[in-house]
Amino acid sequence: MKYAIASEKVRRTFAKQIEKISGERISLCYQCGKCSAGCPVAYAMDYLPSQITRFAQLGMVEKLMQSSTIWICASCKTCSVRCPRGIELAKIMDAFRILAKRRGIVPKGQIAPLFDGIFLGSIEKYGRLHEMGLISKLNIASGRPFKDLSLLPIMLRKGKIRFVPEKVNSPREVRNLIRKVEELESK
Amino acid sequence: MKVAYYPGCALHATAKEYDDSCQLVFKELGVKLQEIPGWICCGATPAHLTSHLLGVALPCKNLILADEMGLDTVIAPCAACFNRLKVADQEVKEDLELKKDVEKVLGRPYSGRVEIKHPLEIIVQDIGLEKVRKMVRRELEGLRVASYYGCLLVRPPEAVGFDDPEDPQSLDNLVTTLGGEALPWAFKTECCGASFSLSETDIVFQLSGEILNEALEAGAECIVVACPLCQSNLDLRQKAIEKRYRKRINLPVLYFSQLLGLALGMNMRELGLLKHMVDPTKLLEKTLA
Ligand code: SF4
Ligand code: SF4
Repeated sequence: MKYAIASEKVRRTFAKQIEKISGERISLCYQCGKCSAGCPVAYAMDYLPSQITRFAQLGMVEKLMQSSTIWICASCKTCSVRCPRGIELAKIMDAFRILAKRRGIVPKGQIAPLFDGIFLGSIEKYGRLHEMGLISKLNIASGRPFKDLSLLPIMLRKGKIRFVPEKVNSPREVRNLIRKVEELESK
Repeated sequence: MKVAYYPGCALHATAKEYDDSCQLVFKELGVKLQEIPGWICCGATPAHLTSHLLGVALPCKNLILADEMGLDTVIAPCAACFNRLKVADQEVKEDLELKKDVEKVLGRPYSGRVEIKHPLEIIVQDIGLEKVRKMVRRELEGLRVASYYGCLLVRPPEAVGFDDPEDPQSLDNLVTTLGGEALPWAFKTECCGASFSLSETDIVFQLSGEILNEALEAGAECIVVACPLCQSNLDLRQKAIEKRYRKRINLPVLYFSQLLGLALGMNMRELGLLKHMVDPTKLLEKTLA
Protein backbone atom coordinates (compact mmCIF):
# COMPACT_ATOMS: atom_id res chain seq x y z
CA MET A 1 0.00 0.00 0.00
CA LYS A 2 1.20 3.49 -0.83
CA TYR A 3 1.00 6.21 1.75
CA ALA A 4 1.27 9.91 1.19
CA ILE A 5 3.68 11.35 3.72
CA ALA A 6 2.94 14.89 4.79
CA SER A 7 5.27 17.83 4.41
CA GLU A 8 7.81 18.67 7.08
CA LYS A 9 5.67 21.61 8.16
CA VAL A 10 2.50 19.57 8.61
CA ARG A 11 4.43 16.97 10.56
CA ARG A 12 5.99 19.51 12.89
CA THR A 13 2.74 21.32 13.54
CA PHE A 14 0.95 18.09 14.33
CA ALA A 15 3.69 16.87 16.65
CA LYS A 16 3.56 20.21 18.47
CA GLN A 17 -0.21 20.06 18.88
CA ILE A 18 0.08 16.58 20.35
CA GLU A 19 2.80 17.66 22.70
CA LYS A 20 0.84 20.70 23.85
CA ILE A 21 -2.15 18.58 24.86
CA SER A 22 -0.42 15.46 26.16
CA GLY A 23 3.02 16.62 27.19
CA GLU A 24 4.38 13.66 25.20
CA ARG A 25 6.67 13.56 22.16
CA ILE A 26 5.76 11.19 19.36
CA SER A 27 9.24 11.60 17.86
CA LEU A 28 10.62 9.42 20.67
CA CYS A 29 8.86 6.32 19.36
CA TYR A 30 11.26 3.88 17.68
CA GLN A 31 8.58 1.47 16.53
CA CYS A 32 9.45 -1.47 18.74
CA GLY A 33 5.81 -2.60 18.83
CA LYS A 34 5.68 -3.32 22.55
CA CYS A 35 2.59 -1.13 22.95
CA SER A 36 0.78 -3.13 20.28
CA ALA A 37 1.84 -6.44 21.79
CA GLY A 38 0.28 -5.60 25.13
CA CYS A 39 -2.77 -3.72 23.92
CA PRO A 40 -5.90 -5.63 24.94
CA VAL A 41 -8.03 -4.05 22.21
CA ALA A 42 -5.53 -4.53 19.36
CA TYR A 43 -7.56 -7.47 18.05
CA ALA A 44 -10.43 -5.12 17.18
CA MET A 45 -8.39 -2.22 15.77
CA ASP A 46 -7.82 -1.59 12.08
CA TYR A 47 -4.28 -0.31 12.80
CA LEU A 48 -2.10 -1.25 15.74
CA PRO A 49 -1.25 1.44 18.30
CA SER A 50 2.39 1.49 17.09
CA GLN A 51 1.22 1.99 13.49
CA ILE A 52 -0.83 4.93 14.67
CA THR A 53 2.22 6.55 16.28
CA ARG A 54 4.04 6.03 12.98
CA PHE A 55 1.20 7.75 11.11
CA ALA A 56 1.52 10.59 13.58
CA GLN A 57 5.27 10.86 13.01
CA LEU A 58 4.65 10.99 9.28
CA GLY A 59 1.93 13.60 9.65
CA MET A 60 -0.76 11.35 8.21
CA VAL A 61 -3.36 13.06 10.29
CA GLU A 62 -6.50 12.27 8.34
CA LYS A 63 -5.68 8.58 8.14
CA LEU A 64 -5.01 8.41 11.83
CA MET A 65 -8.22 10.18 12.77
CA GLN A 66 -10.29 7.98 10.47
CA SER A 67 -8.87 4.81 12.02
CA SER A 68 -10.96 2.80 14.46
CA THR A 69 -7.89 2.54 16.69
CA ILE A 70 -8.03 5.92 18.36
CA TRP A 71 -11.77 5.57 19.05
CA ILE A 72 -11.75 2.10 20.56
CA CYS A 73 -8.62 2.53 22.65
CA ALA A 74 -9.91 1.70 26.12
CA SER A 75 -7.55 4.10 27.96
CA CYS A 76 -6.23 1.12 29.91
CA LYS A 77 -2.71 2.58 29.97
CA THR A 78 -0.94 -0.74 29.50
CA CYS A 79 1.06 0.79 26.65
CA SER A 80 2.08 3.73 28.86
CA VAL A 81 3.55 1.41 31.47
CA ARG A 82 5.47 -0.76 29.01
CA CYS A 83 6.91 1.65 26.46
CA PRO A 84 10.72 1.38 26.63
CA ARG A 85 10.98 5.00 25.47
CA GLY A 86 8.89 6.24 28.38
CA ILE A 87 6.12 7.53 26.14
CA GLU A 88 2.71 7.69 27.75
CA LEU A 89 0.94 6.52 24.66
CA ALA A 90 -2.45 6.51 26.37
CA LYS A 91 -2.11 10.28 26.77
CA ILE A 92 -1.23 10.62 23.10
CA MET A 93 -4.33 8.59 22.22
CA ASP A 94 -6.32 11.11 24.28
CA ALA A 95 -4.74 13.94 22.32
CA PHE A 96 -5.64 12.31 18.97
CA ARG A 97 -9.27 12.09 20.01
CA ILE A 98 -9.33 15.62 21.36
CA LEU A 99 -7.89 17.00 18.13
CA ALA A 100 -10.18 14.89 15.96
CA LYS A 101 -13.24 16.07 17.91
CA ARG A 102 -12.05 19.66 17.55
CA ARG A 103 -11.75 19.24 13.80
CA GLY A 104 -15.12 17.56 13.64
CA ILE A 105 -13.61 14.35 12.31
CA VAL A 106 -15.48 11.54 13.96
CA PRO A 107 -15.85 8.51 11.69
CA LYS A 108 -19.39 7.26 11.19
CA GLY A 109 -20.35 4.31 13.33
CA GLN A 110 -17.99 5.11 16.20
CA ILE A 111 -20.11 4.98 19.32
CA ALA A 112 -17.54 5.93 21.96
CA PRO A 113 -17.48 9.63 20.96
CA LEU A 114 -21.28 9.74 21.12
CA PHE A 115 -21.01 8.30 24.60
CA ASP A 116 -18.51 10.99 25.61
CA GLY A 117 -20.76 13.80 24.42
CA ILE A 118 -23.90 12.49 26.11
CA PHE A 119 -22.00 11.76 29.33
CA LEU A 120 -20.66 15.29 29.49
CA GLY A 121 -24.12 16.67 28.69
CA SER A 122 -25.44 14.80 31.71
CA ILE A 123 -22.91 16.18 34.14
CA GLU A 124 -23.29 19.64 32.65
CA LYS A 125 -26.96 19.47 33.52
CA TYR A 126 -26.92 17.77 36.91
CA GLY A 127 -23.36 17.98 38.16
CA ARG A 128 -23.35 14.20 38.41
CA LEU A 129 -23.99 11.41 35.95
CA HIS A 130 -27.55 10.24 35.43
CA GLU A 131 -27.07 6.73 34.07
CA MET A 132 -30.63 6.08 32.98
CA GLY A 133 -30.59 9.24 30.88
CA LEU A 134 -27.19 8.35 29.45
CA ILE A 135 -28.29 4.87 28.43
CA SER A 136 -31.51 5.94 26.76
CA LYS A 137 -29.94 8.85 24.91
CA LEU A 138 -26.97 6.76 23.78
CA ASN A 139 -29.23 3.96 22.55
CA ILE A 140 -31.23 6.39 20.46
CA ALA A 141 -28.20 8.24 19.12
CA SER A 142 -26.48 4.99 18.14
CA GLY A 143 -29.58 3.49 16.55
CA ARG A 144 -29.90 0.63 19.05
CA PRO A 145 -33.05 1.66 20.93
CA PHE A 146 -33.59 -1.67 22.69
CA LYS A 147 -30.03 -2.40 23.74
CA ASP A 148 -29.79 -3.65 27.33
CA LEU A 149 -33.51 -3.16 27.84
CA SER A 150 -33.78 -6.68 29.23
CA LEU A 151 -31.47 -5.72 32.11
CA LEU A 152 -33.65 -2.82 33.19
CA PRO A 153 -36.22 -4.63 35.40
CA ILE A 154 -33.60 -6.44 37.47
CA MET A 155 -31.48 -3.30 37.84
CA LEU A 156 -34.49 -1.35 39.04
CA ARG A 157 -35.43 -4.13 41.41
CA LYS A 158 -31.94 -4.22 42.88
CA GLY A 159 -31.91 -0.45 43.22
CA LYS A 160 -28.96 -0.10 40.85
CA ILE A 161 -30.45 2.46 38.55
CA ARG A 162 -32.85 5.33 39.03
CA PHE A 163 -35.30 7.23 36.89
CA VAL A 164 -34.82 10.49 38.76
CA PRO A 165 -31.38 12.08 38.42
CA GLU A 166 -29.33 12.98 41.48
CA LYS A 167 -28.49 16.65 41.31
CA VAL A 168 -25.93 18.73 43.12
CA ASN A 169 -27.21 21.89 44.78
CA SER A 170 -25.68 24.17 42.23
CA PRO A 171 -25.45 22.32 38.94
CA ARG A 172 -25.03 25.64 37.20
CA GLU A 173 -21.52 25.72 38.62
CA VAL A 174 -20.52 22.76 36.47
CA ARG A 175 -22.05 24.38 33.40
CA ASN A 176 -20.06 27.55 34.07
CA LEU A 177 -16.92 25.50 34.59
CA ILE A 178 -17.37 23.82 31.21
CA ARG A 179 -18.05 27.19 29.53
CA LYS A 180 -14.89 28.65 31.01
CA VAL A 181 -12.84 25.71 29.78
CA GLU A 182 -14.24 26.19 26.29
CA GLU A 183 -13.50 29.91 26.42
CA LEU A 184 -9.90 29.39 27.48
CA GLU A 185 -9.33 26.70 24.87
CA SER A 186 -10.72 28.74 22.01
CA LYS A 187 -8.13 31.43 22.64
CA MET B 1 -8.71 9.24 61.90
CA LYS B 2 -11.00 11.33 59.75
CA VAL B 3 -10.84 11.55 55.97
CA ALA B 4 -12.82 13.22 53.20
CA TYR B 5 -14.90 10.81 51.16
CA TYR B 6 -15.44 11.09 47.42
CA PRO B 7 -17.96 8.42 46.42
CA GLY B 8 -18.29 9.40 42.75
CA CYS B 9 -21.33 8.83 40.56
CA ALA B 10 -21.21 5.03 40.34
CA LEU B 11 -21.31 4.53 44.10
CA HIS B 12 -24.52 6.51 44.24
CA ALA B 13 -26.12 4.35 41.55
CA THR B 14 -25.05 1.00 40.12
CA ALA B 15 -22.48 0.41 42.85
CA LYS B 16 -24.55 1.38 45.89
CA GLU B 17 -23.34 -1.76 47.65
CA TYR B 18 -19.72 -0.62 47.30
CA ASP B 19 -20.65 2.66 48.99
CA ASP B 20 -22.59 0.92 51.77
CA SER B 21 -19.92 -1.68 52.46
CA CYS B 22 -17.11 0.90 52.51
CA GLN B 23 -19.02 3.08 54.97
CA LEU B 24 -19.73 0.11 57.26
CA VAL B 25 -16.22 -1.30 57.15
CA PHE B 26 -14.48 2.00 57.80
CA LYS B 27 -16.76 2.76 60.72
CA GLU B 28 -15.78 -0.57 62.24
CA LEU B 29 -12.11 0.13 61.58
CA GLY B 30 -12.39 3.47 63.36
CA VAL B 31 -11.99 5.72 60.32
CA LYS B 32 -14.51 8.50 59.98
CA LEU B 33 -15.55 9.16 56.38
CA GLN B 34 -16.90 12.61 55.73
CA GLU B 35 -18.54 12.96 52.32
CA ILE B 36 -17.41 16.03 50.39
CA PRO B 37 -20.40 18.36 50.37
CA GLY B 38 -21.52 19.23 46.84
CA TRP B 39 -18.99 16.96 45.11
CA ILE B 40 -19.33 16.79 41.35
CA CYS B 41 -18.53 14.13 38.76
CA CYS B 42 -14.78 13.75 38.14
CA GLY B 43 -15.47 13.72 34.40
CA ALA B 44 -14.36 10.10 34.11
CA THR B 45 -13.06 9.04 30.69
CA PRO B 46 -15.30 11.30 28.55
CA ALA B 47 -13.83 14.49 30.01
CA HIS B 48 -10.16 13.66 29.40
CA LEU B 49 -11.04 12.37 25.93
CA THR B 50 -12.71 15.64 25.03
CA SER B 51 -10.62 18.35 26.64
CA HIS B 52 -7.42 17.97 28.58
CA LEU B 53 -8.18 21.03 30.69
CA LEU B 54 -11.69 19.86 31.54
CA GLY B 55 -10.36 16.42 32.48
CA VAL B 56 -8.07 18.08 35.01
CA ALA B 57 -10.34 20.89 36.22
CA LEU B 58 -13.21 18.63 37.31
CA PRO B 59 -11.12 16.49 39.69
CA CYS B 60 -9.32 19.60 40.99
CA LYS B 61 -12.65 21.20 41.84
CA ASN B 62 -13.40 18.25 44.12
CA LEU B 63 -9.96 18.34 45.67
CA ILE B 64 -10.44 22.02 46.48
CA LEU B 65 -13.77 21.17 48.13
CA ALA B 66 -12.00 18.50 50.20
CA ASP B 67 -9.31 21.00 51.17
CA GLU B 68 -11.96 23.44 52.31
CA MET B 69 -13.25 20.81 54.72
CA GLY B 70 -9.93 21.14 56.51
CA LEU B 71 -9.01 17.51 55.93
CA ASP B 72 -5.67 16.35 54.57
CA THR B 73 -6.73 13.09 52.93
CA VAL B 74 -9.48 12.13 50.53
CA ILE B 75 -10.41 8.57 49.70
CA ALA B 76 -12.02 7.51 46.45
CA PRO B 77 -13.18 3.87 46.28
CA CYS B 78 -13.95 3.98 42.55
CA ALA B 79 -10.66 3.16 40.83
CA ALA B 80 -11.62 5.37 37.88
CA CYS B 81 -12.28 8.42 40.10
CA PHE B 82 -9.17 7.62 42.13
CA ASN B 83 -7.14 7.59 38.94
CA ARG B 84 -8.56 10.89 37.66
CA LEU B 85 -7.96 12.62 41.00
CA LYS B 86 -4.40 11.31 41.15
CA VAL B 87 -3.53 12.15 37.54
CA ALA B 88 -5.04 15.65 37.76
CA ASP B 89 -3.16 16.41 40.96
CA GLN B 90 0.12 15.21 39.49
CA GLU B 91 -0.30 17.11 36.24
CA VAL B 92 -1.19 20.37 37.93
CA LYS B 93 1.80 20.04 40.23
CA GLU B 94 4.16 19.44 37.32
CA ASP B 95 2.81 21.99 34.87
CA LEU B 96 2.56 25.58 36.10
CA GLU B 97 0.75 26.77 33.00
CA LEU B 98 -1.88 24.10 33.40
CA LYS B 99 -2.22 25.04 37.05
CA LYS B 100 -2.86 28.64 36.09
CA ASP B 101 -5.54 27.63 33.62
CA VAL B 102 -7.21 25.34 36.15
CA GLU B 103 -7.26 28.12 38.74
CA LYS B 104 -8.71 30.51 36.15
CA VAL B 105 -11.49 28.05 35.37
CA LEU B 106 -12.24 27.31 39.02
CA GLY B 107 -11.76 30.86 40.25
CA ARG B 108 -9.83 29.56 43.24
CA PRO B 109 -6.25 28.66 44.06
CA TYR B 110 -5.23 25.02 44.05
CA SER B 111 -3.15 24.21 47.10
CA GLY B 112 -2.35 20.58 46.32
CA ARG B 113 -2.39 19.84 50.04
CA VAL B 114 -4.91 17.03 49.99
CA GLU B 115 -3.54 13.54 49.65
CA ILE B 116 -5.56 11.15 47.50
CA LYS B 117 -5.82 7.55 48.58
CA HIS B 118 -7.68 4.46 47.61
CA PRO B 119 -9.43 2.82 50.59
CA LEU B 120 -7.27 -0.27 50.07
CA GLU B 121 -4.20 1.84 50.84
CA ILE B 122 -5.74 3.00 54.11
CA ILE B 123 -6.51 -0.59 55.07
CA VAL B 124 -3.27 -2.21 53.95
CA GLN B 125 -0.82 0.59 54.80
CA ASP B 126 -2.29 3.02 57.33
CA ILE B 127 -4.30 0.66 59.47
CA GLY B 128 -2.20 -2.36 58.61
CA LEU B 129 -3.18 -5.96 58.00
CA GLU B 130 -1.86 -6.99 61.41
CA LYS B 131 -4.56 -4.92 63.07
CA VAL B 132 -7.18 -6.12 60.61
CA ARG B 133 -6.27 -9.72 61.39
CA LYS B 134 -6.96 -9.13 65.07
CA MET B 135 -10.39 -7.77 64.26
CA VAL B 136 -11.51 -10.73 62.14
CA ARG B 137 -14.49 -12.43 63.74
CA ARG B 138 -15.04 -15.18 61.20
CA GLU B 139 -12.50 -16.40 58.73
CA LEU B 140 -13.27 -16.87 55.06
CA GLU B 141 -12.08 -20.41 55.50
CA GLY B 142 -10.18 -21.43 52.38
CA LEU B 143 -12.32 -19.35 50.02
CA ARG B 144 -10.51 -19.46 46.68
CA VAL B 145 -10.30 -15.91 45.42
CA ALA B 146 -8.90 -14.38 42.25
CA SER B 147 -7.86 -10.81 43.08
CA TYR B 148 -8.57 -8.57 40.15
CA TYR B 149 -7.06 -5.07 40.18
CA GLY B 150 -7.82 -3.89 36.66
CA CYS B 151 -6.17 -0.89 35.04
CA LEU B 152 -6.85 2.32 36.83
CA LEU B 153 -5.86 1.36 40.35
CA VAL B 154 -2.30 0.60 39.32
CA ARG B 155 -1.55 2.55 36.12
CA PRO B 156 0.39 4.66 35.49
CA PRO B 157 2.54 4.03 38.56
CA GLU B 158 4.16 7.51 38.38
CA ALA B 159 0.79 9.10 39.07
CA VAL B 160 -1.07 6.60 41.23
CA GLY B 161 1.85 5.18 43.19
CA PHE B 162 -0.20 2.17 44.12
CA ASP B 163 1.46 -1.22 44.48
CA ASP B 164 3.25 -2.93 41.57
CA PRO B 165 1.71 -2.14 38.17
CA GLU B 166 2.22 -5.64 36.73
CA ASP B 167 1.87 -7.92 39.75
CA PRO B 168 0.16 -6.06 42.61
CA GLN B 169 -0.35 -7.79 45.97
CA SER B 170 -2.55 -5.61 48.21
CA LEU B 171 -5.83 -7.38 47.48
CA ASP B 172 -4.15 -10.77 47.68
CA ASN B 173 -2.66 -9.93 51.05
CA LEU B 174 -6.02 -8.74 52.33
CA VAL B 175 -7.69 -11.97 51.16
CA THR B 176 -5.04 -14.06 52.91
CA THR B 177 -5.42 -12.01 56.08
CA LEU B 178 -9.13 -12.79 56.08
CA GLY B 179 -8.45 -16.53 55.83
CA GLY B 180 -9.08 -16.90 52.11
CA GLU B 181 -6.78 -18.37 49.52
CA ALA B 182 -5.40 -15.78 47.09
CA LEU B 183 -4.80 -17.61 43.84
CA PRO B 184 -1.86 -16.86 41.60
CA TRP B 185 -3.10 -15.95 38.13
CA ALA B 186 -1.97 -13.89 35.18
CA PHE B 187 -4.90 -11.57 34.57
CA LYS B 188 -4.73 -9.34 37.67
CA THR B 189 -4.23 -6.14 35.71
CA GLU B 190 -5.74 -6.95 32.33
CA CYS B 191 -8.38 -4.53 31.09
CA CYS B 192 -12.09 -5.46 31.50
CA GLY B 193 -13.23 -3.05 28.79
CA ALA B 194 -13.84 -0.35 31.37
CA SER B 195 -16.06 2.45 30.18
CA PHE B 196 -17.05 0.59 27.01
CA SER B 197 -19.79 -1.18 28.95
CA LEU B 198 -22.50 0.81 27.20
CA SER B 199 -20.83 1.92 23.98
CA GLU B 200 -18.65 -0.93 22.71
CA THR B 201 -20.20 -3.78 24.64
CA ASP B 202 -18.69 -6.43 22.36
CA ILE B 203 -15.23 -5.40 23.51
CA VAL B 204 -16.37 -5.85 27.10
CA PHE B 205 -17.72 -9.31 26.30
CA GLN B 206 -14.37 -10.25 24.82
CA LEU B 207 -12.06 -8.79 27.48
CA SER B 208 -14.18 -9.56 30.53
CA GLY B 209 -14.86 -13.00 29.10
CA GLU B 210 -11.14 -13.73 29.00
CA ILE B 211 -10.73 -12.55 32.59
CA LEU B 212 -13.60 -14.71 33.84
CA ASN B 213 -12.31 -17.73 31.96
CA GLU B 214 -8.83 -17.26 33.29
CA ALA B 215 -10.12 -16.93 36.87
CA LEU B 216 -12.13 -20.12 36.46
CA GLU B 217 -9.11 -21.96 35.16
CA ALA B 218 -7.05 -20.75 38.10
CA GLY B 219 -9.62 -22.49 40.29
CA ALA B 220 -11.38 -19.42 41.64
CA GLU B 221 -14.73 -19.58 43.42
CA CYS B 222 -15.13 -15.84 43.22
CA ILE B 223 -13.37 -12.67 42.06
CA VAL B 224 -12.64 -9.75 44.34
CA VAL B 225 -12.46 -6.24 42.87
CA ALA B 226 -11.85 -2.64 43.91
CA CYS B 227 -13.64 -0.78 41.12
CA PRO B 228 -17.31 -0.39 40.22
CA LEU B 229 -16.61 -0.49 36.47
CA CYS B 230 -14.77 -3.81 36.79
CA GLN B 231 -17.50 -5.18 39.03
CA SER B 232 -20.24 -4.23 36.63
CA ASN B 233 -18.47 -5.56 33.54
CA LEU B 234 -17.66 -8.89 35.16
CA ASP B 235 -20.95 -9.34 37.00
CA LEU B 236 -23.70 -7.61 35.05
CA ARG B 237 -22.33 -8.81 31.72
CA GLN B 238 -21.55 -12.33 32.88
CA LYS B 239 -24.80 -13.87 31.66
CA ALA B 240 -24.26 -12.56 28.15
CA ILE B 241 -20.65 -13.74 28.27
CA GLU B 242 -21.79 -17.23 29.31
CA LYS B 243 -24.07 -17.29 26.29
CA ARG B 244 -21.32 -16.18 23.98
CA TYR B 245 -18.82 -18.74 25.24
CA ARG B 246 -21.57 -21.37 25.61
CA LYS B 247 -20.19 -22.13 29.01
CA ARG B 248 -21.39 -21.86 32.58
CA ILE B 249 -19.15 -19.47 34.50
CA ASN B 250 -21.15 -18.55 37.59
CA LEU B 251 -18.39 -16.63 39.35
CA PRO B 252 -19.57 -14.10 41.94
CA VAL B 253 -17.75 -10.77 41.73
CA LEU B 254 -17.39 -9.09 45.12
CA TYR B 255 -15.95 -5.85 46.39
CA PHE B 256 -13.03 -6.21 48.79
CA SER B 257 -15.05 -4.14 51.27
CA GLN B 258 -17.79 -6.76 51.22
CA LEU B 259 -15.38 -9.62 51.92
CA LEU B 260 -13.77 -7.61 54.69
CA GLY B 261 -17.16 -6.72 56.13
CA LEU B 262 -18.16 -10.38 56.22
CA ALA B 263 -14.99 -11.28 58.05
CA LEU B 264 -15.62 -8.46 60.51
CA GLY B 265 -18.99 -10.03 61.31
CA MET B 266 -21.42 -7.98 59.23
CA ASN B 267 -24.29 -9.65 57.44
CA MET B 268 -24.77 -10.13 53.73
CA ARG B 269 -27.78 -7.91 53.40
CA GLU B 270 -26.22 -4.83 54.96
CA LEU B 271 -23.11 -5.34 52.82
CA GLY B 272 -25.28 -5.35 49.69
CA LEU B 273 -24.32 -8.89 48.75
CA LEU B 274 -27.87 -9.52 47.57
CA LYS B 275 -27.51 -6.84 44.92
CA HIS B 276 -25.16 -8.67 42.60
CA MET B 277 -26.35 -10.36 39.43
CA VAL B 278 -24.37 -13.54 40.06
CA ASP B 279 -25.65 -14.63 43.45
CA PRO B 280 -22.78 -15.09 45.93
CA THR B 281 -24.91 -16.08 48.94
CA LYS B 282 -24.68 -19.87 48.62
CA LEU B 283 -20.92 -19.79 48.24
CA LEU B 284 -20.50 -17.42 51.17
CA GLU B 285 -22.87 -19.33 53.45
CA LYS B 286 -20.85 -22.45 52.78
CA THR B 287 -17.59 -20.61 53.47
CA LEU B 288 -18.73 -19.00 56.69
CA ALA B 289 -20.52 -22.07 58.06
S1 SF4 C 1 6.18 0.84 22.87
FE1 SF4 C 1 6.78 3.02 22.71
S2 SF4 C 1 8.60 3.02 21.39
FE2 SF4 C 1 7.63 1.01 21.14
S3 SF4 C 1 6.29 1.26 19.35
FE3 SF4 C 1 5.03 1.69 21.15
S4 SF4 C 1 5.16 3.90 21.45
FE4 SF4 C 1 6.82 3.33 20.06
S1 SF4 D 1 -4.35 2.65 26.38
FE1 SF4 D 1 -5.34 2.21 24.42
S2 SF4 D 1 -3.66 1.84 23.00
FE2 SF4 D 1 -2.80 1.73 25.06
S3 SF4 D 1 -2.86 -0.46 25.53
FE3 SF4 D 1 -4.74 0.44 26.33
S4 SF4 D 1 -6.28 0.20 24.73
FE4 SF4 D 1 -4.25 -0.14 23.79
